[in-house]
Amino acid sequence: MDKFLNRLRFFRRKASATGCREERSADQWTETQCGRREWEDLYRRRWQYDKKVRSTHGVNCTGSCSWDVYVKDGILVWETQAVDYPDCGEGFPNHEPRGCPRGATYSWYTYSPVRLKHPLIRSCLLQMWRKAIAIHDDPVSAWASIVEDEAKRADFHKARGKGGFVRVDWDQAAVIIAAALIHTIKKHGPDRIFGFSPIPAMSMVCYASGARFLSLIGAAMISFYDWYCDLPPASPQIWGEQTDVPESADWYEATYFIVWGTNLPMTRTPDAHFYTEARYRGARVAAVAPDYAEYVKFADTWLPAKAGTDAALAMAMTHVIVKEFYIDRQVPYFMDYARQFTDLPFAVVLEPGADFETAGRFLRAADLGLDVNNAQWKTVVYDAAGKCFAVPNGSIGFRWNEEGRWNLRLEEDDHGIDPLLSFADQADGWRTVAFPVFAETGAGVKKGLVPYKTVAGPKGELRVTTVFDLMAAHLGVTHKNAPTVSEDYPAGYDDPKPFTPTWQEAVTGVPAADAVRTAREFAENAEKTRGKSMIFLGAGTNHWFHSDMIYRTIINLTTLCGCQGVNGGGWAHYVGQEKVRPQAAWSQVAFGLDWQRPPRQQNGTSFYYFATDQWRYDTLRPETVLSPLSGRPAATHMADYNAVAARLGWLPSYPQFDQNPIELVREAVAGGAVTDAEITAHVVEKLKKGALGFAVEDPDHPANFPRVLFLWRANLLGASGKGHEYFLKHLLGADHAVLNTDGELRPEEIRWREPAPEGKLDLLVTLEQRMSTSAMYADIALPAAGWYEMHDLNTTDMHPFIHPFNPAIDPPWETRTNWEQFKIIAEKFSALAEDHLGTIRDLVATPLMHDTPDEIAQAEVLDWRRGECEPVPGKTLPNLTVVTRNYADTYRMMTALGPLAETAGVGAKGVVWKAVQEVPALKAALGTAAAHGVSRGRPAMDTGKQAAETILMLAPETNGETAVKAWAALEKRTGLSLRHLSLSRRGERFRFDDLTAQPRKIITSPIWSGIESEERRYSPFVINIEEKVPFRTLTGRAQFYQDHPWMRDFGEQLPVYRPPLEMTGRAPEGVKREPEREMVLNYLTPHSKWSIHSTYSDTLIMLTLFRGGEAIWINDEDARGIDVRDNDWLECFNANGVVMAKAVVSPRIPPGKAFMYHAQERLINTPGSKITEKRGGTHNSVTRILVKPTHMIGGYAQLSYGFNYYGPVGAQRDESIIVRKAGKVDWYEY
Amino acid sequence: MNIKVQTAMVLNLDKCIGCHTCSIPCKNVWTNREGAEYMWFNNVECKPGIGYPRKWENQEIHRGGWTLDGGSLRLAAGGRMKKSLNIFHNPDLPTIDEYYEPWDYEYGRLIDSPRRTHQPSLRPRSRITGEPMTLQWGPNWEDDLAGLSETGPGDPNFKDLDYRTYLQFRNVFMFWLPRLCEHCLNPACVASCPSGALYKRDEDGIVLVDQERCRGWRYCVSGCPYKKVYFNWKTGRAEKCIFCYPRLEAGLTTLCAHSCVGRIRYVGVLLYDADRIAEAARAPQDKDVYPAHLDILLDPNDPEIARAARFQGIAPNVMAAARRSPVHALIREWRLALPLHPEFRTLPMVWYVPPLSPITRQMDDPSEAGSLIDRMRIPVTYLANLLTAGDEAPVRLALKRLSAVRRFMRTRRVEKRDDPQVLDAVGLDTTAVERLYRLLAIAPLAERFVLPTRPAGKDDLFIQQGACGFGDAL
Repeated sequence: MDKFLNRLRFFRRKASATGCREERSADQWTETQCGRREWEDLYRRRWQYDKKVRSTHGVNCTGSCSWDVYVKDGILVWETQAVDYPDCGEGFPNHEPRGCPRGATYSWYTYSPVRLKHPLIRSCLLQMWRKAIAIHDDPVSAWASIVEDEAKRADFHKARGKGGFVRVDWDQAAVIIAAALIHTIKKHGPDRIFGFSPIPAMSMVCYASGARFLSLIGAAMISFYDWYCDLPPASPQIWGEQTDVPESADWYEATYFIVWGTNLPMTRTPDAHFYTEARYRGARVAAVAPDYAEYVKFADTWLPAKAGTDAALAMAMTHVIVKEFYIDRQVPYFMDYARQFTDLPFAVVLEPGADFETAGRFLRAADLGLDVNNAQWKTVVYDAAGKCFAVPNGSIGFRWNEEGRWNLRLEEDDHGIDPLLSFADQADGWRTVAFPVFAETGAGVKKGLVPYKTVAGPKGELRVTTVFDLMAAHLGVTHKNAPTVSEDYPAGYDDPKPFTPTWQEAVTGVPAADAVRTAREFAENAEKTRGKSMIFLGAGTNHWFHSDMIYRTIINLTTLCGCQGVNGGGWAHYVGQEKVRPQAAWSQVAFGLDWQRPPRQQNGTSFYYFATDQWRYDTLRPETVLSPLSGRPAATHMADYNAVAARLGWLPSYPQFDQNPIELVREAVAGGAVTDAEITAHVVEKLKKGALGFAVEDPDHPANFPRVLFLWRANLLGASGKGHEYFLKHLLGADHAVLNTDGELRPEEIRWREPAPEGKLDLLVTLEQRMSTSAMYADIALPAAGWYEMHDLNTTDMHPFIHPFNPAIDPPWETRTNWEQFKIIAEKFSALAEDHLGTIRDLVATPLMHDTPDEIAQAEVLDWRRGECEPVPGKTLPNLTVVTRNYADTYRMMTALGPLAETAGVGAKGVVWKAVQEVPALKAALGTAAAHGVSRGRPAMDTGKQAAETILMLAPETNGETAVKAWAALEKRTGLSLRHLSLSRRGERFRFDDLTAQPRKIITSPIWSGIESEERRYSPFVINIEEKVPFRTLTGRAQFYQDHPWMRDFGEQLPVYRPPLEMTGRAPEGVKREPEREMVLNYLTPHSKWSIHSTYSDTLIMLTLFRGGEAIWINDEDARGIDVRDNDWLECFNANGVVMAKAVVSPRIPPGKAFMYHAQERLINTPGSKITEKRGGTHNSVTRILVKPTHMIGGYAQLSYGFNYYGPVGAQRDESIIVRKAGKVDWYEY
Repeated sequence: MNIKVQTAMVLNLDKCIGCHTCSIPCKNVWTNREGAEYMWFNNVECKPGIGYPRKWENQEIHRGGWTLDGGSLRLAAGGRMKKSLNIFHNPDLPTIDEYYEPWDYEYGRLIDSPRRTHQPSLRPRSRITGEPMTLQWGPNWEDDLAGLSETGPGDPNFKDLDYRTYLQFRNVFMFWLPRLCEHCLNPACVASCPSGALYKRDEDGIVLVDQERCRGWRYCVSGCPYKKVYFNWKTGRAEKCIFCYPRLEAGLTTLCAHSCVGRIRYVGVLLYDADRIAEAARAPQDKDVYPAHLDILLDPNDPEIARAARFQGIAPNVMAAARRSPVHALIREWRLALPLHPEFRTLPMVWYVPPLSPITRQMDDPSEAGSLIDRMRIPVTYLANLLTAGDEAPVRLALKRLSAVRRFMRTRRVEKRDDPQVLDAVGLDTTAVERLYRLLAIAPLAERFVLPTRPAGKDDLFIQQGACGFGDAL
């Protein structure tokens, strides 16, 4: 009783009676209590735990945050951020903590009911399988009997996405998959098998698991960076580098920021503090954003440029900078930088025309009549000192077949030169040059005056000018001593002619004065700090059809102001960028390069464009985006450009040919071919005769379908599958909401088939942790281990560390790590292959690759098909290689390191070394494979952890001795002394458990362009600028100018504003339009605050922290116009499909735009659509990709193919949607 | 003078990126269970907006905190007498809809679903009724100004401003306000409890609900003007932010502060004079409460105070922490951090540095500091309504000092010289600005969080060493 009474305040004994001090304050209302506090152990017990394990998340966010994972009573309970990263250096904020709300949510998945716990298969497929296996007894024949039967095939295709999964055991699932693979290889060829998995840096062993298996069997891995439209093609165009960016700590060095379409707090959450903190160190911030975005909150100035018009603002700022800092006044730092590190002084040939001239190609050594190695590939400047044209070191011609002069010393034949930036003071004369100008109303021509010099060459006299002179004329900035002024030149900043600040105001809506002020501040800051002005840019400016032009105009500012390659300066591109820091070593493991070369690597955009038949709906006529100065377009359909690119060896194209590559070899051998060369010759002859076609020329023929697709670490259908409904319709043959009809355009290079095929894939396998949209549409869904249940490695470009995944618990239920998943598939496959395939020879076609001598294959565009040249593999045609595959050895090869690492070497980006010391060390560290056969005695790679150790041992970034060795290779090529960059860390060698003890800072290596050290933060291109290693471009310098004929066709020699395409879209078929309650909005799909792509988007915590499902942001005035209130259901549609989402109404959003966070799963809170009478789709249900031909260029210096490096990007941002209030919705729960 | 120790927090809203990472480990560790679904000991709100629960700041509706009644303090909801009369019906209790009706999804159905005509998709289901529901509100419904046109008019911080102006695209502003229990010096929740279950810990000022003594009357819930005490429907008891005392006792910071990737949080100890709490809370005007509150905070570097503290039994390690306290520096020394709604008169101990914002219009001389503050998008009046009961002077001082740090450092970095004039204008000197810069920008974990481990008290620790954790069973 006393106990009870004690608990009621009014009856409690005074504290004094219990012998302890109890105090009251504030009119006796507040009290401090003593005694009776044993209950406090309640919360203490909750906090107590049994162990804490270092791991992270292998999710596509580039955060790469190290986490502590807690286990209590055997249950994985929660995670907190690790805070023990090595220091960033004195006077810098550290990377602690790193993490974000999404990552902190990961433990929710571990035991959640959405987790895949057992292998699943669609029940109708399992029934077919059971019947078939009973009859056939052989799995391969059984599989054939299902997929060769059109009715059966259609039956399980139609079931895709409809539920109806049943459990199957691991062995059986693996046998079905193995049977499908063998059937496909036999019947169609290994190049009809595909794997898709993105962003290896985030869990590189997981990526490598499937990639290694698939590469070993000759299947193709599909690229992601270009497909996501995150690849900025401007980066390879300008620098010959896929992307390289400053680590976030380097932001802290900057004293001026322009944040331009990248939402740092939302998408770079763990790094954003460097942005906010740099302000206290004095950095000024200008934010360019169409909406009042999160990053705008931290800015000093907001420049609200209309979405998609950013290039206009950048052009006006370039105009101001060129005028004020290059012409009116010449800033010495900028001039020195421009002369040494950019193509501004390089000579360009003026192409004669009737009334005016146009900007042509770079002047080459060959034009001077010089008989030197690679004379077509050595570019020319005018040497002010020697008063003559000179061929300086460093252009791409110096890179191949010679050594010692591929460097950025301003030298020609060992004597110094002084390149002239402008011919204005020493002109032979002035000419009028016409430039294209693009506006929403259409393209036009603008004229400018350039000073020229005359060059006498073997083919007569050429008039040449410099890139700088062209740029000034293009911008309408007059040289002081120009004899006259073009009437197209603006009179001043107030003149609305292109490209003045006032001109941009009409385009972007940004006040002219703000544009001028920001440009001046940016340049003045760079002048005073020698380049510490930085521009952040990302998805907001990158996902457009003309993304490369937007980026080039913006990057202009950084290069003109000498900011690239400077700590605290330059571009900071943050969208989808990643960094597999041990890239060369990882590639070796991931693509099975240790056993066989070359692997098949397909560019994603082209693949999906054809595989999902989005090309059939493409209505973008090339002539509408061509330069008004160019003639007839090279092709009539965007798909035609891709077909040309494939046959000239510019882009990869798998399936390769309209014939099984194995059969092709057999046929050649049957015809008498013995050597590889003879086999290849047979194929070339067949191509030449037209007896063999490229599969891309007939993508809708069943022989050319992709047949098997593996998805892991990827949610293609719920996240990145742009043109989602076309995926469902054509690739999967499932229910879909395509409201579109075939476009009226017909390609010339590609066969049009009627009707369009529906259901190309025989088998879709998803290896997943959870029931994602992709798993829902898969035929077989295999349960994957979570990120707290495996060993793996993780790196990013946002920080310099490499750190591990460790299992806090073993994979629960029947889940397995990706490594183990592909091992069991490989095991079953190898066993079945013994009888079914044996040893075969496969003909592998690969494109002309960047960073190989192939990149100087095509100085001119000549098409062998049109008889303009001979088809020569590796020159005018893709490379053709005969690869012998003993399929029964696949498992043995997968689980041990092969011999090519020592014999052929390890490398990337044109730098190669041999792992002669590393392989024995690996054998000692990991043991060797015991199985009899090809792998016996090789370093063991049975486990994921061993694969990780192999990567660490082979990589210069994690093995100091290897780093020094790698530098030696580059020293030879460049004639520079470089190994000093890694010497101080020569003795370091990271082992996996070292990383578990603490994340480690990477060692500087020639694979990357920046320096990793204790003294400074990583900034891209520092090695190019400080050490004078050339950029991997035509001129060897950062290129403002692009001279490839296709670039000229599209009017993109110089960066220029190109308006968004304003795709209002085709009329959706069969939809009654109701204009009074509809609104057309430009549809933007920025990254989400509540997920990393689709991961986490389905977690209860993230759904609770916003609106519980799919939502679309619109402006409040727009909403009022169609009677929509916050939280109403919206039906959003166009010809591509329908998405149902809740309205989020906010004045933060500009009128005329709809923002939908991308990758919200359609499995959550998605009702039916009245239009389609089907369930609403994803954010990608209303998108369709567009491809840009200039991205397909190949065999031309930096414009050469590389996997995830160059190639068309899957642009979808120029799209519009029609928005209606949906009213009451139906849920279709049947 | 009765010297007490308070563990306090400062949040720099000028750095808050609105990411909500703070909320997640807190939720995972403390309220991820039945009965606590809708509870967020730590939540983040977007301003302008009405928050969670809806309109919590509006005490005309919620009647939390204290009012001044002829010079003496009264609970806004009424005194003991009124409580006794209403003990079975509390008219001021927020409804679940004002927080939000917690929901879930039947995730397993995605995997178990038989083959259907339509692709399966999960509707939200109420965690209260189990029925499908239409979501109407959540703990962060207004993220990034979502729905502002509807909720904005209900934000009381627009007092003396025309809210319509700020609800237009070109004029909008936003910032985030992470919120947790204020662990007040004069906590209305403690005063409201009929059972005496709430108390403020003597050693660190953390306010707790005794889970054994709570009888679920819920007067603490309504009495707290910040609406940071919650009712657990399963246990029938109130629960609230415990300032992660199990971590704090070990010298670790709170989970929300540890997780803060914006690095906006500072946790440390403050000394205050408990004898003057009532005096401060009773300050005559609302605007007087903040200065009075500041005034009872004691300077640990003052030898007089240090001597008194030692005499009153405050342990040496606690005093050492108080001297290095980042929150003392930000709150009292530099006046950068301000309390949240001091007019509630609870003397809250979680403080906020007000945010700078983009300037609305460029001037020819954009560096002119005075006018700069008035040209920022967030009206000073709005911040003053939020942080200083409408008194603009302290907000201006804080914003000017933040600005001055930036200007001084910029001149040093870019122009390679020092500009002491910038500092004179805001009452700082070079040493102060260097210290301030370090704390705002680069302070590592160990400087953002200065916490003493539990002081060695009794002499029986040698025995406890072998016995702790066994409890009463052995």
